[in-house]
Amino acid sequence: MKIAVCLRRVPDTTAKIVIAGSGTVIDETGVKFVPNPYDEYAIEAALSLKEKAGGGETVVVALGGDAVQETMRTALAMGIDRGVHLHGTPSPDGLENARVLAEHLRGAGYDVMLFGKFAVDDCGQQTGAMVAELLELPCATAVTKLDIAAGRATVEREVEGGIEQAACALPAVFTCDKGLNNPRLPSLKGIMAAKKKPLEVTPVAPGAGSVTVAALALPPERAAGRIVGEGAAAVPALMQLLTTEAKVI
Amino acid sequence: MAGSAEYTGVDFYDVDGLLSEEERAVRDTVRSWVDEQLMPVIGECYIEGRFPRQLIPGMAELGLFGANLPEEYGCAGLNNVAYGLIMQELERGDSGIRSFASVQGALVMYPIFTFGSDEQKKHWLPRLAAGTDIGCFGLTEPDFGSNPGGMITTARETADGWLLNGVKMWITNGSQATVAIIWAKTGDINDVNSIRGFIVPASTPGYTGKDQKGKLSLRASDTSEIHLQDVHLPKNAILPKSGGIKSPLMCLTQARYGIAWGAVGAAMACYDEARRYAISRIMFGKPIGQTQIQQQRLADMLTEVTKAQLLVLQLGRLKDQGKATPARVSLAKRNNVSAACDIAREARRLLGANGILVEYHSMRHLANLESVYTYEGTHDMHSLILGQEITGLGAF
Repeated sequence: MKIAVCLRRVPDTTAKIVIAGSGTVIDETGVKFVPNPYDEYAIEAALSLKEKAGGGETVVVALGGDAVQETMRTALAMGIDRGVHLHGTPSPDGLENARVLAEHLRGAGYDVMLFGKFAVDDCGQQTGAMVAELLELPCATAVTKLDIAAGRATVEREVEGGIEQAACALPAVFTCDKGLNNPRLPSLKGIMAAKKKPLEVTPVAPGAGSVTVAALALPPERAAGRIVGEGAAAVPALMQLLTTEAKVI
Repeated sequence: MAGSAEYTGVDFYDVDGLLSEEERAVRDTVRSWVDEQLMPVIGECYIEGRFPRQLIPGMAELGLFGANLPEEYGCAGLNNVAYGLIMQELERGDSGIRSFASVQGALVMYPIFTFGSDEQKKHWLPRLAAGTDIGCFGLTEPDFGSNPGGMITTARETADGWLLNGVKMWITNGSQATVAIIWAKTGDINDVNSIRGFIVPASTPGYTGKDQKGKLSLRASDTSEIHLQDVHLPKNAILPKSGGIKSPLMCLTQARYGIAWGAVGAAMACYDEARRYAISRIMFGKPIGQTQIQQQRLADMLTEVTKAQLLVLQLGRLKDQGKATPARVSLAKRNNVSAACDIAREARRLLGANGILVEYHSMRHLANLESVYTYEGTHDMHSLILGQEITGLGAF
């Protein structure tokens, strides 16, 4: 079984974000970048599927500039066998990036192609499904359970009020949600081994697409709280505000 | 609770920029492990006076034991800076957990690696790296702490091996160890050159390890007394390349190196907790961090953390070049542990009454660091080591 994990490099969720002078990108100075947390579920799924099958190959595929290689090495340190770095600048239009990824994945013999359900920086939630569409393959998004047996996949997805079960033939594309697994930490030996694993670099040029970023803005700062009184005496005022102002009751 | 918010380290001087990608990756993996596995249980373990034994397999799986020893023995083969960063991150959690890893790696695996035969290395190192064997290091005795050369534990050669007798004290991991490195005099009781190391399986008749009770420090770590009463060992139990007091002191230099890093971790944890608390704790209608007295505390803490970080990093680079002399290691152990003690104490004070609770970490670190200040060469002994280095005159 040959499994691809498509990886995105995103700012650490604890990083303090500053918007660059251009107003359309973030200032990356001093920002720590990590694998997209949802992609870590995809990495863990690839590793455990391979371990369960007792063989196969796992490949991490990432689109981006030089810096994405450090993020790819985290996946290699966790145990992924090799990397394919599609070297180029990602487009703000998810479809253009999906085209580049699909171009690489097509004909490469992957049985399972895994993505995070979305990247936590732009929350586009498009790439996995678009790649599946471009490759004309089945796709299940936001899976919380993924089993492979006899060339078929069965998955579970958390939907409103319940769990949806679905099945499809392989090859197929899956995007991974929290709950699918508990991603392992890269071991120290894994970190040392990652340097020696093959990482192939292929230049790519995503198209401009039809989406441009007009402006980025930070969310407004949360307003200070208001103390309406103390003890039982404050309850009527609080109830009134919750009903008329916050409108939560 | 202020201390529970996500910990992101302390790096005022872009020390990260001086680390390689692998060194940062190692640091991050251990930091995540501490967040996920150690922080949720450490308070309870400390109160109960219990080492979190259930964490040993996970630590081994990550490769935390003897991580700077070669891969051929099942170790990670890291450089000394990456090894130091492991110690830093473990001690950010708790000095007792770092002590466990220090003993296993620097005081048990290192002497087997350095003074052991090929058979001893092949047998013991992979098992210790995998955590299937737990080691301890028996040098200190009830009456010989700072002066280990005075030890009265003896190893007498017999027809078919060795006979050990003596008592060791203040032995980390002593009661849970499956194997001990015991230092004993093979010749005259006044002859420090006759000190040799022995590999003693804890199952050997006559060997007993018993926990020392009543500790107010390092409560999440086992500290034990080891009794050796007519312990018969085969001939091949001796570490063939050990010889004289210098051998155990070489081990201590390794462990002290890790402690110098570990103290930085404890100091970072306390500073981080104090900073968060100072910003969020409102008194007299404003954050206490808006008062000059707390700002001075925080400025002093950050300054000392930053100095300590730079000190150990350069020491690590020197160690990788084979230039970390015992005196250089002494300087870093002495400075960093002392600074960490001060930082932990000031952090606890900044936290006010909350600072005495186990939900916050500074007082636990403060209590732990009093042991760290005292063990592996007391602060005062390191003053004398440096004094001798400076003047050429021994004042022991």
